[in-house]
Amino acid sequence: MRDAEFFRRWMAAAAAAVEREADRLTELDSPIGDADHGSNLLRGFTAVLAALEAEPSAAAPGAVLQLAGRTLISTVGGASGPLYGTLLRRTGKALGESAEVSDAELREALSEGVGAVAQLGGAAPGDKTMLDALVPGVAALGTSYRAAGSAAENGALATVPMQARKGRASYLGERSIGYQDPGATSSALLLGALADVAESAGAR
Amino acid sequence: MRMLINSPQTVVADALRGMAAAHPELDVDVERRVVVRRDARSGGRVGVVSGGGSGHEPLHAGFVGYGMLSAACPGEVFTSPVPDQMVRAAAAVDSGQGVLFVVKNYTGDVLNFEMAAELAEEDGLRIERVLVDDDVAVTDSLFTAGRRGTGATLFVEKIAGAAAEEGAPLERVAALARRVDACSRSFGVALSACTTPAKGSPTFDLPDGELELGIGIHGEPGRERRPMMSAREIAEVAVGAVLEELAQIGPADGPVLALVNGMGATPLLELYGFHAEVARVLAERGVPVARALVGNYVTSLDMAGCSVTLCRADEELLRLWDAPVRTAALRWGL
Repeated sequence: MRDAEFFRRWMAAAAAAVEREADRLTELDSPIGDADHGSNLLRGFTAVLAALEAEPSAAAPGAVLQLAGRTLISTVGGASGPLYGTLLRRTGKALGESAEVSDAELREALSEGVGAVAQLGGAAPGDKTMLDALVPGVAALGTSYRAAGSAAENGALATVPMQARKGRASYLGERSIGYQDPGATSSALLLGALADVAESAGAR
Repeated sequence: MRMLINSPQTVVADALRGMAAAHPELDVDVERRVVVRRDARSGGRVGVVSGGGSGHEPLHAGFVGYGMLSAACPGEVFTSPVPDQMVRAAAAVDSGQGVLFVVKNYTGDVLNFEMAAELAEEDGLRIERVLVDDDVAVTDSLFTAGRRGTGATLFVEKIAGAAAEEGAPLERVAALARRVDACSRSFGVALSACTTPAKGSPTFDLPDGELELGIGIHGEPGRERRPMMSAREIAEVAVGAVLEELAQIGPADGPVLALVNGMGATPLLELYGFHAEVARVLAERGVPVARALVGNYVTSLDMAGCSVTLCRADEELLRLWDAPVRTAALRWGL
């Protein structure tokens, strides 16, 4: 079972991964976007850590993720603010108010979160968006957390030959082909952070 | 990178502090990033609120004032503002008549304004939204996020603001704004990439002697790269592309509002020279220019280049265009 502390550690690991990779995310965002994905997410996750610290009363997994999601919506801007915010908020909502959740419940909740992202952005796998990492990543959660991280990573790599159909990159048409999608890349970081935290917690 | 800034992290706040110092008639909340016309609530008018990434100055904060925007929300550079800013702005300008959100069609702006509209409506405000999507360079919109919102934003904000100033109700202000968007088309050209403060180097590589056709306003490359052309040739391409689409929505020889807009690093000497070519092409095609505006209004940081926006204007739109306006960046008739 996973308690609030596990989810706090996940958010901290995600923030650390974003900080480590911020320049790379921004670099990926440069040819097909506007070169700020890394700095925007860094601003958001830094605020998430501060918000979680300021609110030790967020003592349930669902409350932790909902607070993180709300904070991202209030600080990131762009498309990634509402999309990542919705992912975490909806996942947190689906987890409900239990003090501990099972891995199966987390899997189920994340699927709901990813569904909400797809609905909000009107995108589907293959559109060269974060869904190309999230959908295979969450599907592989049934195997293991590590498998989910790897599937998301592979999903992000698979966006390279795709032509963007959503977001700002879509305006480039065929010229968006050949670049890895920054949103899919940061989504893989998020699931990679989850895998790291789950492994260090001693589960597969 | 040589920029007149303190740091990339403070660039937006610093600009807002400067705006506050230069324009005491504006209420600038630097920390929360909302720029409000001081008398926004005194007239019992519909509020007109816009916003978007910073880096497009004078859009939008430069258009806050009498006869145009009630408030603007500047986001980070090229990043849409967050819903909190928009909700705050709407609350600050609502006098019970409702608020129109003017939203450029970029995914981030659309999503954040959508969330803001929901939150403001939960607070009991009446909100209408108009989506500006005038950029003809984006074709087959079924396979993209749809046409971008660019130069026509200025037309929409000016005309909606004039209608609100006259006391028109929310539904009518929104309908006029949508009509302006439906009648407007734009085409942009980049002669250089731009440099965002956060990245510090050009957003894309454009070799000497080449240009990008069909750009937006975020330093992104366009649809096509070509060898450098003369102002005359660029005007042929840009005006031709705009007129081709305008022909599908109105009389081919109706009068137009014309905006020749600089992207930030092209001097007025060049913009006026370019406008001469735009005016020539329009005259050759039998399109009368009812009003023209030349200058840097919807910019993309230090990108060199320009865009052309044409709006098919009937008598009513022209009357509202001519109505008095007094903002930091646009003022006439007062």
